[in-house]
Amino acid sequence: MSRKPYVREMTSEWIFRHPRYLRYMTREFSCLFIGAWTLMLVCALARLSEGPEAWASFLAGLKSPLIIAFHVVALAFAVYHSITWFNLTPKALPLQIGEQFVPDAAISGAHFAAWAALSIAVLYLAGAF
Amino acid sequence: MAISNKPIVWGPFAAGGTLTAFLTPALILLTLLAAFGHAPDLLAYDRMHAFMGHWLVKVAVAGVVFLSLWSAAHRLRITCYDLGMRADIAIATIVYAGAIAATAASVLYLARI
Repeated sequence: MSRKPYVREMTSEWIFRHPRYLRYMTREFSCLFIGAWTLMLVCALARLSEGPEAWASFLAGLKSPLIIAFHVVALAFAVYHSITWFNLTPKALPLQIGEQFVPDAAISGAHFAAWAALSIAVLYLAGAF
Repeated sequence: MAISNKPIVWGPFAAGGTLTAFLTPALILLTLLAAFGHAPDLLAYDRMHAFMGHWLVKVAVAGVVFLSLWSAAHRLRITCYDLGMRADIAIATIVYAGAIAATAASVLYLARI
């Protein structure tokens, strides 16, 4: 490596050059919302460990308009992450049976079906309906 | 052959990406319902405390926290690079350390439940 390597100047302007780049960045930005929600989960565990009053105040705190807005946006980004992730599964897990490759739609479709079943199971077991 | 630490950071990223794809939307929906005043039964203190009190649930929740935060941290690192920030080693250290610190905190809280 040279002692004075050339570092090309780069800005974030490229994102807007093509819709595909914008979709890529939207997918990547989902990490902020998934990360933030998980940090909220860590805070929830802290409140839960402090007793019933602390837990009640955590649940009450969820009802602020700002938190509701965060949840709606975070849910949209999380769903977008799931869709892009499962659409990529045929590339990550190509499946060959005999001479034939299993069609891409079957692999991602199986993931989407499992996602739906798991989500319904989580909501049902948590008593959401 | 060059020694690479890529598999170490990439393994939990892929695992976390898969886990969050399957689980996170449903989990966000649970707290969204609570935010709208329709908290699912599980979120009542007694049920939640008993649920989180089981050792298997504690291990699972700590795993979910770690993998979710690690994959988010890895993506954030790559995103920073994509946006033109070239201090990769510093950014990587901050985001991965943050994920580990928050996981350690969650383990501590889970141990107290």
